[in-house]
Amino acid sequence: MKAHLSRRYLFSASHRLHSEAMSDEENQSTYGKCNNPYGHGHNYIVEITVSGPVDEKTGMVCNLTDLDGFIEREVLARYGHENLNTMQEFTKEVPTTENLCIQIYEIVQRGFHYAHLETVRLEETMMNSFEYAGNSEAPR
Amino acid sequence: MVYLTRKAEFSASHYYHNADFTPEENRRVFGKCNNPNGHGHNYTLEVTVKGEVDPRSGFVVDLKQLKEVMHREVLDAMDHRFLNKEVPEFLHQIPTTENIAIAIWQRLVAKLERAKLHRVRVYETPDLFVDFYGEA
Repeated sequence: MKAHLSRRYLFSASHRLHSEAMSDEENQSTYGKCNNPYGHGHNYIVEITVSGPVDEKTGMVCNLTDLDGFIEREVLARYGHENLNTMQEFTKEVPTTENLCIQIYEIVQRGFHYAHLETVRLEETMMNSFEYAGNSEAPR
Repeated sequence: MVYLTRKAEFSASHYYHNADFTPEENRRVFGKCNNPNGHGHNYTLEVTVKGEVDPRSGFVVDLKQLKEVMHREVLDAMDHRFLNKEVPEFLHQIPTTENIAIAIWQRLVAKLERAKLHRVRVYETPDLFVDFYGEA
């Protein structure tokens, strides 16, 4: 039987929303306070959903130790307590939570092979969240 | 189509152990969850049903009936129980969150009258949950 397993992780990082393709005025009107020059931070919660057949021997979609270890190494250690704007993947892209969500999806999609990645959901604050499922629709 | 979700909470203990594994293998695969006297969680259950809104009642499902079925089929059997020892499904199957979600689905699916079961979600902790949509 196929089940979906979701796990939530917390990391803190800072960013500034500023696009090189826009004038200063346009940046200000588009991003508002998020354009303040020295940046600001969030406690992000990333929710990873994977799916697969439930293994008859273990009762698991995948071993949580493998998922936790991968996310710890490849996502939390990478982005935790960093300024996102200084990172290579955000030299050309604005580190909006949309773009960060896509980056995390791609990291997991490329490197985690113990279960099928369904979605990455990223909460920037308690009030807003973003979800990316690659080319698929997010399951409802 | 409208989706309706009803929540419930139950507390239970469990441990993970496969009798076909060696003690070392059980320890390696299941870690602390293999401790033989078990440990517990406050589980949150979310049951989502779907259906068209009945034009007379304005309901997708009679919430009272859904609540009763959830209580009778799930909470009465699992709340304040040691799942491995007291719930028939888990006498021979490991009570992982995955298997709990599947067992709850199977307990509910035949008992719902009007609405169709869409999803069973079981939170083991606020940071870990499983969704089962009845997929083979």
